[in-house]
Amino acid sequence: MIRRLSIVIAVVSFGLVFASLVIGYAERQSPRPLAESYIRLVPQELGAANVVTGILLTYRAFDTLGEVAVLFMVAAGVGLVLGGERPSRGVPSDVRPDGARPSSEIVQTGTQILVPLISIFAAYIIMNGHLTAGGGFQGGAVIASGVLLMLLAHPQYQPDLEFLGITESAAGALFVLAGIAGLIVADGFLDNRILPLGQFGAFFSAGAIPVLSVLLGIKVGCELSVVLERFRA
Amino acid sequence: MISRIVLTTGLLLVLIGLWGMLTHRNILRIIIGFSLMGTGTHIVIVAIGYVTNGTAPIIDHALSLSEAASRAVDPIPSALAVTAIVIGMAVTAVMLAYAIRLYESKKTLSIDAFTESKW
Repeated sequence: MIRRLSIVIAVVSFGLVFASLVIGYAERQSPRPLAESYIRLVPQELGAANVVTGILLTYRAFDTLGEVAVLFMVAAGVGLVLGGERPSRGVPSDVRPDGARPSSEIVQTGTQILVPLISIFAAYIIMNGHLTAGGGFQGGAVIASGVLLMLLAHPQYQPDLEFLGITESAAGALFVLAGIAGLIVADGFLDNRILPLGQFGAFFSAGAIPVLSVLLGIKVGCELSVVLERFRA
Repeated sequence: MISRIVLTTGLLLVLIGLWGMLTHRNILRIIIGFSLMGTGTHIVIVAIGYVTNGTAPIIDHALSLSEAASRAVDPIPSALAVTAIVIGMAVTAVMLAYAIRLYESKKTLSIDAFTESKW
């Protein structure tokens, strides 16, 4: 009873704080000065049509690098928590016949059609991050969704963890090397102007942003795939 | 106007998540409440970046370079939301891994069974 009352008090007081936030909120009529300078500078200095990608992969690319490090730590941490010798969980083995029942014809055929499409879509999202909505993180998540579909449709499917680990490490190392190249050739760490900016709005433009996008997409896709694989029973 | 509706939705999601986390005793439901709270926060972050009559900050034939500074929404909250989504996913993955471990140790997901760290 007392617990229920304290929960109600906590939720209601949070609700009052939020209500005062909503009442005091005024929609902005023009962008903040920082936003305005980003919107002006990203197309001019970096040659990227998508301002958000320009911020994520050049002005705040160091944040992105840290974020990728967090993802790496999660993949390692989930492996540490779930790895090792563990008793089989879920359905006891005497109830479940030896080897899970194979998925049905419909699921298998659907997977065969969908996984290539998902991969192409992921490549599209990653490669067009500097032109339209998209980028490395989003495309990497789409890659991982394809791997998840494979894991669901083929319970015996075993992704090559060693390959994923090596690919992911190589992509991460190349990302850092591109950043250091920015220190030497251009103005600072992870500056995208190590490559020619090209024509604004063209597929090969915006300097190193597409390259960084691809590396990020590969790294995120591999890491999320490893995490998904770890969660399998 | 529209951003106020979105802001209210996000804050309501945060409240629902908080309520779910506090009332439920099943660890999986607590994790779902946490995810709801995180999603609400992302919506709030995106909502406060809205500028009246603004559009996505992507320069193309629909949004020319000269009018971008006055017609585009704030790109920084969008960039932060991308970051927050990835980190939220990472935190959820770690929580689920621990939930699996806790279930293995006690064969139950009820948080009442885990009294060792209770004070």
